[in-house]
Order: sequence, then C-alpha cells, then structure tokens
Amino acid sequence: MTGVSTITAEEIAVAPVETGFWTRSRKVGVGLAAAGVLAAIVFGALATSQTARFTLSEDAQGAALSIDGTFGAILFGLIAAVAGAAMFTDRWFPWLLGVGIVGFVLSFLCWQISDAPAGQNFMPLVNMVRGTFLLAVPLIFGALAGVLCERSGVVNVAIEGQLLMGAFAGALVGTMAASAWIGLIAAAIGGAFVSLLLAIFTIRYLVDQVVMGIVLNLLALGLTGFLYERLMQTDQAKYNQPPHFGSWEIPLLKDIPVLGPALFRSNLFLYLALILVLVVHIALFRTRWGLRTRSVGEHPTAADTLGVRVLGLRYRNVLLAGVVAGIGGASYTLLLYSFTKNMIGGKGFIALAALIFGRWSPTGALLAALFFGFADQLGVYLGAINSIIPSQFLAMLPYLATILAVAGLVGRVRAPAADGKPYIKG
Amino acid sequence: MSTATEEKAPQQRKESFAEAFLHGLWAANTVTVTILAVVLALVIGGILIIVSDPDVMAQYGYFTARPGDALQASWDVVSNAYASLFKGSVVDPAAVSDWISGDGSWERVFAPISETLTYTTPLVFTGLSVALAFRGGLFNIGAQGQAIVGVILAALAGFLIPLPPVIHLIVALLAGALGGAIWGFIPGFLKARTGAHEVINTIMLNYVALYFLTWIIVQKGIQNPDRTDAISKPVDSSAQLPRLLGDNLRVHAGIILAVLVTWGVAWLLNRSTLGFELRAVGNNPDASRTAGISVTATYVSVMVIAGALAGLGGANMVVGSTADALTPLVVAQIGFDGILVALLGRVRPWGVALAALLFGALRAGGNTMQSVSSISLELVTVLQALIVIFIAAPALVKAIFRLRAARAARLSTSLAKGW
Repeated sequence: MTGVSTITAEEIAVAPVETGFWTRSRKVGVGLAAAGVLAAIVFGALATSQTARFTLSEDAQGAALSIDGTFGAILFGLIAAVAGAAMFTDRWFPWLLGVGIVGFVLSFLCWQISDAPAGQNFMPLVNMVRGTFLLAVPLIFGALAGVLCERSGVVNVAIEGQLLMGAFAGALVGTMAASAWIGLIAAAIGGAFVSLLLAIFTIRYLVDQVVMGIVLNLLALGLTGFLYERLMQTDQAKYNQPPHFGSWEIPLLKDIPVLGPALFRSNLFLYLALILVLVVHIALFRTRWGLRTRSVGEHPTAADTLGVRVLGLRYRNVLLAGVVAGIGGASYTLLLYSFTKNMIGGKGFIALAALIFGRWSPTGALLAALFFGFADQLGVYLGAINSIIPSQFLAMLPYLATILAVAGLVGRVRAPAADGKPYIKG
Repeated sequence: MSTATEEKAPQQRKESFAEAFLHGLWAANTVTVTILAVVLALVIGGILIIVSDPDVMAQYGYFTARPGDALQASWDVVSNAYASLFKGSVVDPAAVSDWISGDGSWERVFAPISETLTYTTPLVFTGLSVALAFRGGLFNIGAQGQAIVGVILAALAGFLIPLPPVIHLIVALLAGALGGAIWGFIPGFLKARTGAHEVINTIMLNYVALYFLTWIIVQKGIQNPDRTDAISKPVDSSAQLPRLLGDNLRVHAGIILAVLVTWGVAWLLNRSTLGFELRAVGNNPDASRTAGISVTATYVSVMVIAGALAGLGGANMVVGSTADALTPLVVAQIGFDGILVALLGRVRPWGVALAALLFGALRAGGNTMQSVSSISLELVTVLQALIVIFIAAPALVKAIFRLRAARAARLSTSLAKGW
C-alpha cells in the first residue's frame, strides 16, 4: 500500500489535459514577461544610482551584496522577463515561475532601497529572514490545523477562533499558574475546545461546516472579549501577565551565516512549527493514519467499506487541529505580549489563505505562510524607510494571491473531494 | 448528503384553511426552536456573568454553609443585567411612569425602540444579502467586504459631490449599492467563469476591502483636514437620511427603506422570473442547466444583487445616524452579523427582517447593559452566536427540551458543498 499512499490528491488533479497553443504555462509566461519588462522600465526609471546594499547582518555593518540601484532594477526585471519568455518551452514551469517572481521582487527592492533616505540604502537580510519566519509562525500553526481538518473532510473556517481561544487560554491559565508550560497546555485545550464544538455540531448535528466555522469565530471573539473585560481588565496582575518563553539557541546551527542568527537563535514556537510541518507531512503521506485520513477526506464511503471509522477519525483529526491551532495562538501571549481583545486580527483567515494557496499540503502551507510572512515583513521594512508604497497594499497581497490561485491562474487548486460534506452512514 | 436544501420553494398553489393551519403549526416548530434557542443562550450568558464575577464567586466559597447567599447574589447580578438589556431595547417602565405622571418626556419612552431600530436597519440589508445568495445556492461570506466598499462609495458621494438635498441622498445610496454590487460581482464572476469557490473568494475580498478602506481614509482630499487620526470628512447634511422622531432620537428613515427593500426582495424571490431561476439554481444547478437556465448568468446576477444589498447596508452607516464619516471600523460587524441574521431568519426575507430586529434589540440593550450594569457589550456577541448555534442544530434543542415534534423544521442552510 505504500506505493499508493504517496499519490496525493494534487498529483492526480494536476495531470494536464490541455490542448491548443495557449497552455497555462504560456499564458502565465506572457504575463510574467510583461511584468518583467514593465519592472525593468518603471522600477529602472524610478530607481536612483545609489548603491543598494543587502547586508548579511542586522544593521548596515558587515559584508553585503551591493548593486547599483538603476542597474539592479533593470537587470532583475529583465531576468523576470526572460523567465517568462522561457515558459514558452512549456517546461520547468514551477522553477521559471519562482525565478520570475524573485526577479520581480528584487527589481522592486533595488528601486526601493536605492530610493530610500540617505544612509538607509540597505536591507538587513538577517532581520528580513527572521521577521518573515516570526510573522509566519501563527500562520503555519493555523494552516496546519486546516490541513488536519480538511484532509479528513471537515472544512475549518474556525482557525481564527481557535487561535484566539488558544491565545486567551494561554494568557489566563499561564498567568494564574505562573508557568508558561502550563499556559501552553491550556492554550492547546482552549483551541481544542473550539474544535470540539466544531466537531460535535458538524459531525453529530450535521450543521453546515462553513456556517459553524463562522459562528464559532464570532463566539470565540465574544467569549474572549467578554472575559477579557470582566477579568483581565479589572485585575491585570492576577489574570493577564503571562510568563514568556525566552529565546533558545541551537548549538552549531546558530553559527550559519544569515540563517543562523535569523532562525536558530529563536523561540520554542518557531522550532515547534517547523518540526510540526515535517511531522504532519510524514504522517499524512507515509503512515497508516495518513492514508486513512486522506481516504476519509476524498471518499468516505469507500473508506467506510474498508473498515475505517469515518466519524471517529474525523473527530480525532478536528480535535488535533484545535490543539495545533491553540498552540499557535499561544505564540501571541506566551512569547511577547499579554492578551488583548481580538488580538489575532484576521491572521486566522490568512492562515486559511495559506492552506488554500499551499493546496492543502503541509509543505505547501509552509511555503505559502512564509510568502505571506515575507509580504508582512516587507511592509514593516518599507514603512521604516518611508517608502511611497502604502503598507495596506502589501497587506492585501496574501488575499489577492489566494484569489488568483483559486481562479486557476497560478496552477490548479483542488480541495479534498469530500471536504465540507458531512458523512451519513447508510 | 447534499440534499439538505429542501423546503426552499414555497407553495405556489392556494392552500385550504385546514392546510394553512397545519402549515402554521408546522412552522410553529421553527418559532418554538427559535424561542428555546434564545432561552438557552440567555441561560448560558447568565452562567458566564456569574462565573466572571469575582464577588459572586466568593459567595460560592461557602456555598454549603449558606447556599442562599450565593444564589441570591447570582440572581441579583443576572436579573439586573437582563433587566438592563430589556430596558435598553424595548421599554423602560420607569420612563413610562414618569411620562404618565408628567415628570418625563415621551422621548425617553421611545428611546429604547429608537435605538433598537437604528441598529436593526443595516442588519436587514446585510441579512437579506446573505439570505438571497443562499437561496441561489451561494454562500456570501463577503457581505462585510461589500458593505465596506459600499460605505466608501456612499461617503465619497456624500462629501465630494455637491448636490441638492433629496437627490444627494439618492445618489449616495445608489453609490453604496454600486460599490457593493462591484464587490459582489467579482466572486460571482469568478465562480461562473472559473468555478472558484465563492466562500474562499468572499473571505479574501473582505480583507482586501478592509485594507482599501484603511488606505483611502488617510488620503489627501478624503481625510478630515482638522484631524490627525484616521477619519474622513463628514458626509454633507444634504445626503443624510431624515430622522423620524425628532433630533433627539436616532431612528431614521433607513428603517422604512429596509422594510421596502425586504418587500422588494420577497417579491423578487417569490414572484419574479429571476427569483424562480435563482431558486431553481439554488436547489439543483444541474437540473436548472438542463432546463435551459443559464446557471453562470444566475450566479453573477445573484452576487451582484446580494452585493448591492450589502452595499446599501454599508451606506446606511454613514448616511444614517450611526456615523457621518469613514473610520476603519465604520461598518462594525454588520457583514458577519448579517450571516447570523440570515440563518436566524431561515433565509426568508421577512424572517430576516425579524431576526435583524432581534439582533438590533440585543445590540441596543447591550449598550444599556454595559453602561448601567457594567456587563461588557461582548456578551451580546456571545448571545448572538449561541442563538444561531442552537438554531442551526434544532435536533440539539429538541433533545435538551425533550420536544416531541419529530418533523423538525430543519434549517435549510445545510448547503454542505464544501469548497
């Protein structure tokens, strides 16, 4: 059975049945080539001749990759254009797309950095990488929660609520027990509580899963907001000063240039998120549990016929998803801040976007979360150098990217076949 | 499995009296479940109030010694809170007796109703938006985004275009509807053209709209020049809806518009060709296609109309009495609340209007509860969510109260299509 288990839903779905000259690859190629040429012209014209420096540290010091602003903007724009043109060969699509996007972004950065106020013509790469990963952490947890749920056929729109409940429970119990670890456990239970409601109402009472997710988000928002005002605001010291996990350095790995200081002098939650991606990936595609989960998500009737307990498996996976999302929520309150009302602020929906953009796979979700995290961090950076690009438009990027993805412009996105459909034995 | 869209098509033929009576009894199940759901929600809300009150919980410390104290304290805090909820949304008996004895003004008597109707108005529009899309087989989670784009265009028309009074108001409302329609068109078009799931796209568009709002507020010519915070210029008074009961009470003509629009949507759904096609597509797209209905065209028009309705709801937030300028939170939660309202109203136009009234009352009463009994307004969100959870699972309510009626008026929202 191991041979079968490695065939994922995407691999079946992506089999291209395209006829005619204008394949998807060629269409995207035209768009990318046009964007590249446009970048070369526009960004090249706007860029100044200041040297754009990408420093390999946290500030302007140390070694750096330097390039003349105008030259860089034109060069990288043309690289993107060439990658787009190369798509006409109809081969290496993912790689060319990657090169094209990176080229476009670098062209944009050359313009922005060279155009920055004097003395700020540099981008500290360590900061950027670190920020990208830190901002991606809750997204990774949230998207993994989505993977666990949706692979077994339960739509999880309640990620936002699970994160929020996790953050709240972590702060409350962590403060009262004066222990970050107990707070972490409480956060997992908090997330699982939202999941339990989702599971009971969608699996037992057959309530529409999207409806239930939306309602649970509001319930979590109201519940945490209410208890925040009743308890936490009246007695901060007793209920809302959670202990925080410090940063942990990993020996040897922390000495790798750029990646070392950015990734391996970090905190528990980042390590946990990265390990979880690996664990979920292996579990989903290499274990019996994973095969059953995917079969329940694709064709529950067939799985039932073969003796898989469909509903039991769905309950278990939805609860597990709540635990994962709850821990992700704790990364807000057990790391830096104390709890505030509505502190997740839509990150759960970006996690949902990452899940969809990453095509319901753990590794895809990781990459999508990092991409969205980078967009977020880029917004912070551009704000710091007084860029004319409004941060709001960068904040829109994850959502727009997801819309483009589900519209089929960046490859076929397909959910598990039974995702969202309740299973009624009979 | 996905057959749960039963009971969509209302009976077209004439019913005999006996049939109508039986029908009413059957529908009474819906009413019973709704009332019991509200009761259950209030009970859970009461428990929340008690456990989150340190003073009352202290009484439970010696519960075995003196149970009376704890129960009395619990009763006091909960009854006080819900009394405020009632006084703030329906009527305050003290104000009535003052008015009769000549000490108080009539305005204080009608103030709660006025507040309730003020909060009801936008929810009618967003609720209808979600309900209409539901009937067409689409789940419009984007009412929030559509309301945001609607409020932006309505406000821009309200302070950028100088026009005479009545025309200005109409233009502002139409601009709001247009904004919502545009934002509804996008997911409808994508659904029709590429099959992209409208739930995903509407969720994403909500946030795109929100960020667009936060951006446009601080642009030159939009931002209020006298302020440094994120707030736009105020809408001209010529574009404001008139108030119905004098300047001291906030209820405005928007509520009349809401009733008219409810009537219009009911007509559209049950009497028009488009409504027939819409319900047919909602019930069974494949059969509709076979019957010669253009499913894709129906999807697009459903989303455009739904968007326009939500856009009107958004417009209400700046041309009514709630606010007169754009702020990042100008539409509050009306789009998400609209989903709950649509579900509570059983996705029927007049049901939606009644559900909006209940939610408006909860919201208005919540303000009083917060100011008088110092119970956080967030409790109202909890109550609203709980009500809808119980509504959505009638089997649970029936199990709790051991209702005998087996023929549950099942909520017709189980579209259960997944992504």
